[in-house]
Amino acid sequence: MHPTFMAVEMSEEQSQGRYEEVQASPEFAGLRRALRRFVFPVTVAFLSWYGLYVVLSAFARDFMGTKVFAEVNVALVFGLLQFASTFLIAWWYASYAGRRLDPAAGRIRAELEEEESADARA
Amino acid sequence: MLARNLTLVLFVVLVAVTLAITVWASRQNKTAADFYDGGRSFSGFQNGMAIGGDYMSAASFLGIAGMIALSGYDGFLYSIGFLVAWLVALLLVAELMRNSGRYTMGDVLAFRMRQRPVRTAASVSTIVVSIFYLLAQMVGAGSLVALLLGIKEGQTFLGMGPETAKVVTIVIIGVLMIAYVVIGGMKGTTYVQIVKAFMLMLGALLMTLLVFAAFKFNLSDLLSSAAQKSGKGQAFLEPGLKYGRELDSPLRTMVSKLDLISLGMALVLGTAGLPHILIRFYTVPNSKAARKSVVWAIGIIGTFYLMTLALGFGAAALVGGKAITSQDPSGNTAAPQLAAELGKRYFGGEFGGALMLAIIAAVAFATILAVVAGLTLASSSSLAHDLYANVIKRGKSDERQEVRVARVAAFAIGAVAIVLAVFARSLNVAFLVALAFAIAASANLPAILFSLFWKRFNTRGALWGIYGGLVAAVLLVLLSPVMWGGASDTQPPAALNEKSAAACGVPVTSKAVANPTALISCTAVAPVPFQNPGLLSIPIGFLCAAVGALTSREQDKGKFAELEVRALTGANAH
Repeated sequence: MHPTFMAVEMSEEQSQGRYEEVQASPEFAGLRRALRRFVFPVTVAFLSWYGLYVVLSAFARDFMGTKVFAEVNVALVFGLLQFASTFLIAWWYASYAGRRLDPAAGRIRAELEEEESADARA
Repeated sequence: MLARNLTLVLFVVLVAVTLAITVWASRQNKTAADFYDGGRSFSGFQNGMAIGGDYMSAASFLGIAGMIALSGYDGFLYSIGFLVAWLVALLLVAELMRNSGRYTMGDVLAFRMRQRPVRTAASVSTIVVSIFYLLAQMVGAGSLVALLLGIKEGQTFLGMGPETAKVVTIVIIGVLMIAYVVIGGMKGTTYVQIVKAFMLMLGALLMTLLVFAAFKFNLSDLLSSAAQKSGKGQAFLEPGLKYGRELDSPLRTMVSKLDLISLGMALVLGTAGLPHILIRFYTVPNSKAARKSVVWAIGIIGTFYLMTLALGFGAAALVGGKAITSQDPSGNTAAPQLAAELGKRYFGGEFGGALMLAIIAAVAFATILAVVAGLTLASSSSLAHDLYANVIKRGKSDERQEVRVARVAAFAIGAVAIVLAVFARSLNVAFLVALAFAIAASANLPAILFSLFWKRFNTRGALWGIYGGLVAAVLLVLLSPVMWGGASDTQPPAALNEKSAAACGVPVTSKAVANPTALISCTAVAPVPFQNPGLLSIPIGFLCAAVGALTSREQDKGKFAELEVRALTGANAH
């Protein structure tokens, strides 16, 4: 086998081992927990909220037709609330990710890439 | 006549401007990456606009505005599904995909699997979804442009009757989309989508303001006047005129309501599995920009759908249901007709009306072009990068060759789409959009989510999930009332007119037909009562993926570590 080709293969194996180390590190576990703790419950919540809206539209016609004020009925308010909740969750996630995910992700990434460039220099 | 000429002039200007942008973008394309992902150099805002441009199709502009104008509240139900869907993309897919993939959906699905079978499956699914969506857009565009230019049965324009005009439109749109993709690649396509998004938002904003001005900014007046002029009264403002209707038997009613829920599921879960949307996440430099672009897209798309609500109710109130259906029974001309009416009122009579109509027609045309270009790009990228480079050449082709293949693929896919669309031009293919969403939700989404989040997932799981979801969705539609239109215990008979009765070969008084535009037979009864497959095919897709993964012992721990670390941290992203 060509020597440089072997070198590439070696380093790929090494870096794979490195990824496993990082994956097992407490810092990475914390990042994963922070991500999942937000996205899983919020996904369940907004899908249920949307599901409730669709089911009510299908099966609770009288309730949806109730007037809230003037010509505005529950169906319209419920629909507009879906817009509001979507905007709100998007904003909420962006701010959560900026605070809780980006700094940790940045630290782990910097460590990994620094090591690699050190390896490359060696 | 004036409106028609103005419209035509604006169409030509639009084509010239977009082609100029494409050629300019092509000058900056140097490497293979530039062709596929635009050099990953777009900002979050730019990509958010482009996502809006890629996503908001003519169906969602003219179609939803028309649906609201004719069926009132139920059109709104559609747009809410289209918007909420973006949260799935934001929370679960966009950033992780951006960090771990490179050019196609297959990059992420095949990351820790056996490359060739998974890439083949990803490519098949990408191409099926994109071609179905493309066909719906192009056939729709054919009739739409004929309508926008006001070419009616028995009339001619530039020597063309409506049928010839449809064919010519389909061919021109096909040739343009090929040109954008082949010349401009991702960069050119992105700029076309950004321009379109600006035009669409400005056009919709202008019309919304004028509608509200017409009612002195009193929402209640707008609503009551829309309900009154629609001829449907209070029911116009409540759900149930179009979807989940109350029918003469409890069984029929239940089927109709479950169909509504099925549609809702496909809309909300399909978006994050649409390949032409997924590849947009690759065009930004990091995961933060990917997140920002989806947040922008949610803002833009949400605002737009709120405006379509005003446009639909405005069209019902100011144009009236009768005047709309006399132009187009499905309501696609509601927004252009509203534009003409508003122009007449606020910008000096006939000329103002003609000008506004021409502007909105041009916006609709730009909308079509941007969407079809995105679809062509997604499918040709997948053909070149997944099938050619990684399956046929086993990852040993050079990038320049790969890009050449992508360009040829764009030609081929464009040509196939043109031919299919010309043949299908008088069929009712609107169901293809819902089908594309259902396949994306049933075949792509389970494989994407399990790949990113489930350690135990593997090659067999990905293959079973993709093929299982794909086959289930397509089969259910082939057995549905879309294909077989006979009336039955679950399908109420439809009122026929002379033309539809003749097409079905039954007398006008016949009670045997539920769907006169059924594609295979309008008297045979459909074995599956639902028009939308999502309710069944989405669980089937997830189940197949899970069972496939659990019955195979394959598991590449090292590759999963690499995928997870890269996806979450962005380390070593391309």
